[in-house]
Amino acid sequence: MTVATAQPASAPALSDLDALEAEAVHILRELAAERERPVLLFSGGKDSIVLLRLAEKAFRPGPFPFPVMHVDTGHNFPEVLAFRDRRVAELGERLIVASVQASIDAGRVADVSGPRSSRNQLQTVTLLDAIAEHRFDACIGGARRDEERARAKERIFSLRDAFGGWDPRAQRPELWDIYNARVRPGENLRVFPISNWTELDVWRYVAREGLKLPSIYFAHERSVFERDGMLYADDAAVERLPGEQPFTASVRYRTVGDMTCTGAVRSTAATLEAVVAEIASTRVSERGETRADDRASDAAMEDRKRDGYF
Amino acid sequence: MATSEAVHGLLRVATCGSVDDGKSTLIGRLLHDTRQIADDQLDHVRDVSARRGTELDLALLTDGLRAEREQGITIDVAYRSFETARRRFILADCPGHEQYTRNMVTGASTADAAVLLIDARHGVVAQTRRHLAIAALLRVPHVLVAVNKMDLAGWEEARFREIAGDVRALAETLGLDDATCVPVSALAGDNIVAPSARMAWHEGPPLVTQLEDLPPESGDPHGPLRFPVQFVIRPAGGTGGGRRYAGRIARGTVRPGDELVVLPSGEPAVVAAVETLDGPLEAAAAPSSVSIVLDREVDVARGDVLCHAAGAPLAARELEATVCWMSDRHLRPGARLLLKHGTRTTRAIVADVRERLHLQTLLGAPAPDGLALNDLGRVLVRVADPLPADRYADSRAAGAFVLIDDATNDTVAAGMVTATTD
Repeated sequence: MTVATAQPASAPALSDLDALEAEAVHILRELAAERERPVLLFSGGKDSIVLLRLAEKAFRPGPFPFPVMHVDTGHNFPEVLAFRDRRVAELGERLIVASVQASIDAGRVADVSGPRSSRNQLQTVTLLDAIAEHRFDACIGGARRDEERARAKERIFSLRDAFGGWDPRAQRPELWDIYNARVRPGENLRVFPISNWTELDVWRYVAREGLKLPSIYFAHERSVFERDGMLYADDAAVERLPGEQPFTASVRYRTVGDMTCTGAVRSTAATLEAVVAEIASTRVSERGETRADDRASDAAMEDRKRDGYF
Repeated sequence: MATSEAVHGLLRVATCGSVDDGKSTLIGRLLHDTRQIADDQLDHVRDVSARRGTELDLALLTDGLRAEREQGITIDVAYRSFETARRRFILADCPGHEQYTRNMVTGASTADAAVLLIDARHGVVAQTRRHLAIAALLRVPHVLVAVNKMDLAGWEEARFREIAGDVRALAETLGLDDATCVPVSALAGDNIVAPSARMAWHEGPPLVTQLEDLPPESGDPHGPLRFPVQFVIRPAGGTGGGRRYAGRIARGTVRPGDELVVLPSGEPAVVAAVETLDGPLEAAAAPSSVSIVLDREVDVARGDVLCHAAGAPLAARELEATVCWMSDRHLRPGARLLLKHGTRTTRAIVADVRERLHLQTLLGAPAPDGLALNDLGRVLVRVADPLPADRYADSRAAGAFVLIDDATNDTVAAGMVTATTD
């Protein structure tokens, strides 16, 4: 074989994850180029951990062209906050923490109390205040279209009015991969690079990229109590109702948010491979003709709940 | 269910049809038979079906949409994911009735394949003609026509053959060379995932198998390179070498050593490296997102296009194009708009509205009133910055643009280049 007869290298066909990644990287670069003051919203959850990885793919060896912001309700899992600080420090990027507690202390919102209270709703005020304070014109989020029905129709570049509102009837058509990132003063974009990813895609990507996750995503012994078929953390942030007795169980979290509104599922999956296998098999057992086992219905229940929370 | 990456890669599919054609049932069937539906959702459908005294009604799986319709959201494309053991799919579900042109153009713009629905009792109707015309215009690479409700047509081969013949004739006049018909019953599940025993006369594979077998999405890896520069990466602290030009390959394959030309400046350069976070690549093809390092200092900015020196396009100041007009306000000659092509946004004047196209035949007629919402037309556009655009017929990614009204910031048209002049 001589050099003269060698074929030029051809590029391998893209796998499904490669194609989703190429799309997400393109979205991030397009936003960063067209908007002056974007911010990446980071919760410490798996979806925003994937966003950070995609930002590395888009902008290294340069710095991120935007800061990273966490809206902290004050009721977040300590493991997740520690993970957040560690991860952003590793990346050498700038972290902004917008605090719901600070909004409460400043009298911007009234705190809620009682067994079924959650600061989940209060986050919106803190977020909009932070957007105004830092004059952000675009927020990058990790929402996915498979999370709920209305999201299936939301654009990747989604315009919010001066009040942070989304008008589904006034959405700009989104053609090819040509995005319209224009905003008027006061308006704001929400940009969702992983719109087209599913929960399983996210987990497969976490596995493929070897991404670290907060420990609560893996099975661990935790003191929990049961409410509405969900297992809540036994913690001072979550007030129990009469009759709700804490007990210890092996659980993991499928989503990560505020302690007051995030339930755990029973699981013994302690490794990434075991979690991916469990999620894939949960879907298989969700088919109509088979009786769901306890573990699967726990997860399905959590999925239902999640629709209401977001 | 594949837990490893699906073998055939990602396929984006536009589904077009109305509720009357059984599209909701078809989508419900696709999701159900590929096991994407959670137990609780299915229990709900079972309960409601039983209360109404019907068999399992899979259209109820998209029932959320009925509530949405009252809020006016249904006039919009919905994106859903499903997967089989062999492939990961993204469905762009285009509503059939209202705003169908705008919606189907939007759904078809990103589609590798389109599934069009026909009611076997009615055969080819005006809506079928419009859907096929838009699929042809947007150059969706593969079109599958699901002839649905075969259960209501007695599972009859003759009826299917008649419709398939009509579709073939229509496809030919529109220049669609790949339009395959499949007889199905979305309600009963025949020929969706599994072959139908009741239509044993049909030799082709079921709908999902056909979708699984389509070649992976391709951005024309053999064509000349088109690399619109999105973002210039400047490594922090002087480490890691020089500037990288980041972007998504719109067309072709790029390799180290390739001789390039920067358009519109015309400056030459050679590719020193093709990089991703995971390291240097020997080759990268459309639609990959990569960074390119050049062998010399040249002036390159966002909006420029890196092209193979052999096969570089003309940097055009005038474009002839077919557009789909998407605004309530008429398009009239002289309109001043912004045009976004690749990563370049430039001022544009629609110098002439030459023809309005018939939505079923794509034949042109004079357009004295310009173009109205949901019209298709042929226009002449003059641009302030020269654009290295391809003909849409040669490259979907390098020949497409959008028009933006800079007073409202609305995206007002989808455009496809048919010819360029200096």
